[in-house]
Amino acid sequence: MKTVLDIENVHKLFKVGFIPKKKEILKGVSFSVAEGEIFGYLGPNGAGKTTTLKCILGLIFPDRGQIQIFGQPYLEPKAKERLGFLPENPYFYDYLTAREFLDFYAQLFRVKKDERGKRIASLLSLVGLETARDLQLRKFSRGMLQRIGLAQALVNEPSLVLLDEPLGGLDPLGRKEIRDIIIRLKAEGKTVLLCSHILQDIEMICDRVAIIVGGKILSQGSLTDLISEKILFTEITLSGLDPKDLAGLGESLSAHGGRTLIKVFDEEKIQEILDLVKSRRAKIHSLIPRTQTLEDLFVEMVKSQ
Amino acid sequence: MTIKVIALNTFKEAIRDRILYLLLFFAALSILVSRVLALLTVGDRAKVIKDVGLASISFFGALMAILIGTGLVYKEIEKRTIFTLISKPMRRHEFLLGKFFGLVLTLLVMLVLMSVIFLALVFFHTSTVEWKLLLAILYIFIELILITAVAILFSSFSTPILSSLFSLCFYLIGHFSWSLETLIKKIPAGLLRVLAQIVYTILPDLENFNFKTEVVHGLTIPPRVLLYSVAYGLLYTVFILTLAVLVFRRRDFI
Repeated sequence: MKTVLDIENVHKLFKVGFIPKKKEILKGVSFSVAEGEIFGYLGPNGAGKTTTLKCILGLIFPDRGQIQIFGQPYLEPKAKERLGFLPENPYFYDYLTAREFLDFYAQLFRVKKDERGKRIASLLSLVGLETARDLQLRKFSRGMLQRIGLAQALVNEPSLVLLDEPLGGLDPLGRKEIRDIIIRLKAEGKTVLLCSHILQDIEMICDRVAIIVGGKILSQGSLTDLISEKILFTEITLSGLDPKDLAGLGESLSAHGGRTLIKVFDEEKIQEILDLVKSRRAKIHSLIPRTQTLEDLFVEMVKSQ
Repeated sequence: MTIKVIALNTFKEAIRDRILYLLLFFAALSILVSRVLALLTVGDRAKVIKDVGLASISFFGALMAILIGTGLVYKEIEKRTIFTLISKPMRRHEFLLGKFFGLVLTLLVMLVLMSVIFLALVFFHTSTVEWKLLLAILYIFIELILITAVAILFSSFSTPILSSLFSLCFYLIGHFSWSLETLIKKIPAGLLRVLAQIVYTILPDLENFNFKTEVVHGLTIPPRVLLYSVAYGLLYTVFILTLAVLVFRRRDFI
């Protein structure tokens, strides 16, 4: 796989406060994103996700380290030509209408005039804003701004798209729509770098992830490598059995309305419970094996720091 | 190309800003008030109208340049719109120059509007269109270009209020620094005189662009002086813009 984005040992130090105090935000961040994948970049608030993105985009200058986009130095306009970016909590020129806004960005990429019209129309329909095309952005809702922001990031038909919290501020339906767009981008062969702390979304769509905590990458790799497929425990809901009979078989979590929820760690114990249920003519309502989730991994890592 | 796109967007932003129309309104009012002042004057009334009119255009033009110019770059940083701009294929100086030319274009349009009002008023009074007044306005425009560059320089690292104050100081110092020249003539030769001369060289002399008296009173201006003023304005503008680009180039947008 070709590497699209390569970040190596990036350090960034900010001086904050009236009497400047040095604060190291990035402490040697390295990772690389391969062509055609959706790469999740996660971390708690203040971990350095947005700072890393700003370094990639040339908004701030790293103190040390190398960044390459498509094998070119990151500050080169040529490298940025194939880059799309959606900032967190996007703020835009609120005096422009949706169409003017996209037209402005398309012009910055030197898109020809007749091509611009076509592209803007298709982008507006992609993000579901056709009806708002002549509305000034100041009248947009939070979710609409997020959508027009995504349209803006795609206006140059980029090969690499950087999205900072693209699902923030959206309702469940909106989240699903944006998620579908991201999956579609991947299907079109584009590479996506996604910053988020909504872990379920990342888990659903990302191929690989890197977890940054306190300015350091703690873990990176494909989701299947990071999260063990091993079953951690099994949750069984059953009725018709006295909870006392289940003592020693698992951890009883709750019992109401005649139903008992029990957490079983041992696979052999599951068989014992099933046998017990059969012999007593009791009933199983559900049996759910739980594997490790990204959230488990994430919480574990943040706590260990 | 990038500069042009940003300049046109800046123009769009500036002409959709209410403060511009407020200033234009007061400029028009001020030009028209010169008619009232003329009525109160003994002597050549047309001269009073021209004097006050040109002074109004100069003053309100400078206010427009300062009040809009100081907000332009700062607002982009504050509202974080600059994030999506700098991440596009452009260099930082293209952004800054785009802002500069956008505001210069806005000021040009405003100057044309004020000039139309002014020339109409003069025509109403003297029944002739006095085109030579446009020469004074042209030099006011050159002065405004320089002030725009100054406003953008301050705006690239300071807040709008401070930048406005700094730019206003630049404007005032620029219009009074010529008195240093008079002072230099009176100081006996020595260290103090050299110091005064250095200070005078560094400080802007905006009186270089003031041909109001000459134009109003129909005095001839030597072409050498006219050329010198254009060169002075352009060189000073380039100098200030270079400073602004240098400041802006290494800035982190947090």
